Amino acid sequence: MNIVVAMKQIPDLQQVRIRNRQPVFDGVPYTLGLIDKNALEAGLQIKEATGNNLIVVSVGNEEVEETIKEALAAGADEAYLVLDDDLADLESSQSAALLAALIKKIDDIGIIIFGEGSGDNYSGQVGPRVAEILNMAEVGSASKIELTGTTAQITKSLEDADELLEVQLPAVVTVLGDINEPRIASVTQILKAGKKPKEIFEVDDLDIKVPGKSISTISNLAPENDRKRIAVKSVDELVAKLQAEGFVGR
Amino acid sequence: MAGILIYSEKDKLALELLTAGRLIAKDTGLTVNALVLNNDAQAAGLAGKGAEVYKVNDEAILIADTAAVATALQQAMGKLDASVVLLSSNRRGKELAGRLAQKISAGSLSDVSGLQVSGGKIQCSRNALGGATIATQQIDTEKAVIALAARSFEAASEQDGGEVKQLAMDSVPSAIKVIETKSKAGDVVDIQAAEVLVVVGQGVEKDYVATAEKIAKTLGGEIACSKPIATDKKWLPEDRIVGLSGKKCKPQLAIVLGISGQVQFTVGIRDASVIVAVNNDENAYMLQLADYAMVADANEVLTELNKALG
Repeated sequence: MNIVVAMKQIPDLQQVRIRNRQPVFDGVPYTLGLIDKNALEAGLQIKEATGNNLIVVSVGNEEVEETIKEALAAGADEAYLVLDDDLADLESSQSAALLAALIKKIDDIGIIIFGEGSGDNYSGQVGPRVAEILNMAEVGSASKIELTGTTAQITKSLEDADELLEVQLPAVVTVLGDINEPRIASVTQILKAGKKPKEIFEVDDLDIKVPGKSISTISNLAPENDRKRIAVKSVDELVAKLQAEGFVGR
Repeated sequence: MAGILIYSEKDKLALELLTAGRLIAKDTGLTVNALVLNNDAQAAGLAGKGAEVYKVNDEAILIADTAAVATALQQAMGKLDASVVLLSSNRRGKELAGRLAQKISAGSLSDVSGLQVSGGKIQCSRNALGGATIATQQIDTEKAVIALAARSFEAASEQDGGEVKQLAMDSVPSAIKVIETKSKAGDVVDIQAAEVLVVVGQGVEKDYVATAEKIAKTLGGEIACSKPIATDKKWLPEDRIVGLSGKKCKPQLAIVLGISGQVQFTVGIRDASVIVAVNNDENAYMLQLADYAMVADANEVLTELNKALG
């Protein structure tokens, strides 16, 4: 049985600067989404418990081949990638179509794991969309996954309740950022990661037509900062300000 | 003309969707219908606010199974001739948005915090790039699925003319079994409902968290925190986290202590009416996002502020 973990290459958001309210991406390196690393860790824990093979899948520009090394270093056995420099700024429906077609190239799938949302867009759509395309059951917001033969028991953590669910495999699971603490690869593992097998596809190798964009972006700007930015020197002064605003002694 | 269909499994969020649906209807001429699955109280509540409610009573439709709920919605869209679906962007709702959108070949936007109709198109605003920017986007497909962030719209108020009709569904199979449901009882505090938040970050030492909590109570509010305080240090429960992976809050007053102000945090507090920031690093970005900015040790300020407010 194969464990599949889907990961997204995103710009390192810590390094995106804002100039004239516009995000500036020049020189910003790529990284993997934070919650994607939790998805990988969840997959690795299943791999260790069951002895199964873990395949990481990703879609994007040529840089993905380098970015994905971090996942191979952390313990993924191999990578399946769709690389094409035209695959920039994919929206959820397009990523889902490509990922689903890529995953179809993998035999004997047990579980497909996603993070609940990507680091940059956080729309949380790709996991459920892939499940729909592959006609699989899907459980989101997982805070615990346990494989028991042909089924998985998953704790789905909602805002106000935890549900323990049982689902037939294969299934798609999206995990929460607090499901685990992702491991950090050792130097030896990082050095060996480059030698791990990678299956690289172009869009033409997949049996699909990539859907067109369904969303148009009218503007994307940093919010205006209209704060007063008054420097306060002491707690007494602060209390006076809070009183003046009506927050003290109401 | 096709219409708008609203659905949320949460009663309060469904009422917010009704307000949003009416806003779109006013500018587009679309009609608004509400779908309610296995929840008579919600159906009555929505009808009391003037909604045209279609109620499905079929225990075979498992709310815990996103695929099943998406199938039910797809059927309802067909029966009621709906082209725009409004969902709540809570955990279940976001998941449902993706599944339903794929099922009906629609574009979808989640975490939407604002709507306006322009040239017959619904324009949605939502956080992008981890909250660094706010994007205005529109869905160009014939059908659209929009998931709205909680509290982006007021709950609908009383209105006449509501009614509840039964809607029959073809059978909706489920591949998921619910073994157990445990409500997160105990100390579940809704920091989004608090008018005042005292928010502590890594510049606050453990011993001073209680002081911050006392100040919050004195000001009639709640204590909240940045993510590391709950997930790494575990000084406060996770339902107190403010930010991208926590809650987006709009208090009247936020006192933010010992937090540098990375966007993943500020996205959760930048809608506060008044922001006070305290940080010992004068370059901390949080100070720029404040109405009142104080360069000082957060722990000392907490001690003094507690005394002063006594």
